[in-house]
Amino acid sequence: MLAVTLNAENLSVSLDGTVHLDHVDFTLARGRLYTVIGRTLAGKSTLLRVIAGLLEPDSGRITLDKRQFSGLPVWRRDVAMVYQQFINYPHLSVLDNVAFPLRRRGTPKHEARRRAGELLMRVGLEGFETRRPSQLSGGQQQRVALARALAKQAGILLLDEPLVNLDYKLREQFREEFRGLFAGQADMIVVYTTTEIGEAMMLGHEILVLHEGRLLQMGRPADVFERPASTTVAEIVNDPPMNLLDGHIADNTLHFSSGMGATLPLHMVALPPGRYRFGIRANDLEMRPDGAIGGEVIVAEVSGSETFLHLDTAIGPLAVKCEGIHPLALRTQVRLALEPERLFAFSPEGGLVAAP
Amino acid sequence: MAQITLKQIGHSYSGGTRPGDYALCPLDMTWHDGRTYALLGPSGCGKTTMLNIVSGIVTPSQGRVWFDQRDVTGLPTARRNIAQVFQFPVIYGSKTVYQNLAFPLVCRKWASDRIRRKVGEIADLLDLGAKLGKPARGLTADEKQLISLGRGLVREDVSAVLMDEPLTVIDPQMKFHLRRKLKEINDRFKLTLVYVTHDQDEAMTFASEILVMSGGRVVQSGPPEHLFEFPQTTYVGYFIGSPAMNFLDAEGQGDRAVFAGIPLTTAYPGDRVPQGAIRIGVRPEYLEFVATAGENVLAAMVVDVQDHGGVRIVEVEVGGARVKVKLAREKPVPEGPALLRLPPGKIRLYRDGELVPLD
Repeated sequence: MLAVTLNAENLSVSLDGTVHLDHVDFTLARGRLYTVIGRTLAGKSTLLRVIAGLLEPDSGRITLDKRQFSGLPVWRRDVAMVYQQFINYPHLSVLDNVAFPLRRRGTPKHEARRRAGELLMRVGLEGFETRRPSQLSGGQQQRVALARALAKQAGILLLDEPLVNLDYKLREQFREEFRGLFAGQADMIVVYTTTEIGEAMMLGHEILVLHEGRLLQMGRPADVFERPASTTVAEIVNDPPMNLLDGHIADNTLHFSSGMGATLPLHMVALPPGRYRFGIRANDLEMRPDGAIGGEVIVAEVSGSETFLHLDTAIGPLAVKCEGIHPLALRTQVRLALEPERLFAFSPEGGLVAAP
Repeated sequence: MAQITLKQIGHSYSGGTRPGDYALCPLDMTWHDGRTYALLGPSGCGKTTMLNIVSGIVTPSQGRVWFDQRDVTGLPTARRNIAQVFQFPVIYGSKTVYQNLAFPLVCRKWASDRIRRKVGEIADLLDLGAKLGKPARGLTADEKQLISLGRGLVREDVSAVLMDEPLTVIDPQMKFHLRRKLKEINDRFKLTLVYVTHDQDEAMTFASEILVMSGGRVVQSGPPEHLFEFPQTTYVGYFIGSPAMNFLDAEGQGDRAVFAGIPLTTAYPGDRVPQGAIRIGVRPEYLEFVATAGENVLAAMVVDVQDHGGVRIVEVEVGGARVKVKLAREKPVPEGPALLRLPPGKIRLYRDGELVPLD
């Protein structure tokens, strides 16, 4: 296999006085899928647009196999892109939408249509060839856009939150299919942006965590999830965001600033006394009648088969994720158990110092 | 607010009365004061027709609509005293936020200091307090939707609040905030709220009761946790929950459900297990990996593991079928061969796509 890499050095972009990308460096390798996770305005779309050539960086450069890539016009970049909105040619049939990039490259009509037909089969749209995009559901329209992007056979495929406008059952289905669809694209670099950490983890060979234009961490999904470099990463890679509590360590005891204490867990015994920020994941807090922490429900939300509870508690506001559907009314009193073994410790500046 | 009763309400746009003619098949329904109902289903399922009958936009081809003791079937929307929030914000763009919220009260000839107090109270609740003097047109889509809702909330005599996919135009990132805000308001005001959506999460979050609709009928209604535990049809089992409920082809033999030649124990009384072809439904959340063989334990093979962060979705092959198991991250994931247990109390049986009742 060719060792082909896309390299970004010191990329910066500002638009209308707002920083979108702030000295970003990374190397992406062919045959791998990279998910870019970040909140709205983290710079995810800007990053894709810079790679695609839709936007020139203010500084820094992109090279493909050490060849200058920035500066090349969009059409010479060998890039395909799928957007949040379902973008298709409204006047063309589904089949011709997919055949379009092939035809533009001079593939004979018959051959282009045959390959488009194959791609439509791969994205599950067999039988829809003669329809117009407007006659399709949102999910089907996105499938057409996806098939057209694949038809381009570009070396770089960029997907900008492609599932964000679909409801969760469809998102669930697409994610499963994506795993199959992108596996075996050994000659492609795929970059996929999302705000959903579950999606980023299950699809990506590697994750890039972007926040306010800066690349905070890049690595294997499990590594980033288990050892988030900072409180900001810990908030971004957990849904709901990791709970953070101020406190300190003294006399081999962990103290939350609310006054509550806990035995120092084994993974923190080597830490010097002083101030810390402690983090705990929403699914590591357990609702139990004998729990030490009292709290009150502010709002309960359901996502898939899980319930997110937002609580006001004795040690501060906490989010708790419970398996199953729990319809808890506003102001319901609950008790929580917190296992110190599940706590992360961060320096007051936010850097990770101990992980469970 | 009011209790809403639908008596033999049905609607056929063509006026025909054969089963295929109905956009909404005749049904009886009571919506209680202070509760929230979600009408959930894909487009064309009849949910918007049902909402429009309640609001008076559509006059039903048969049946009566009651608000408490009042028959409102023949009344136009304006005389039903309802608040409506549509897919697209309906606001007076040239007026200020204050004027928008005050409008229904000015129409009711309230005294100006009473209006000021009420509008201030509602604006604070909606986090619009700082924007009262601003023209409404400059607001974001989610703020505009809150104004639409606020115009209903300022009126103290509203019978019901009806919402038709109110989050459609909201930026996906903002949906979370608006959902939370609506949920808070709803918990606090105890609205009689009827909410139309195609989004399961929205329905499960807002509603005290969900009506799952399909083909002009209510397929199942009940509290969210009931729909999750006892899906009435295999469709509901697929639609509610993530990942979907697992279904296995099995056979009823005596008091057992036999899957891949292995008789399984269920919570069904022996005489309730249908004989012959059935399907076993069991949620990914309830399947367990165990160390030793025993009752309801099957030999399985792990074929795929998806890491979602807080949970892992493990796909296993068992008896020629594929099922998904949802495991908390701290639980060990077996590699290759594994033993899978189906807890008897969590097994649901389906015959011809319909849940076999447990009692």
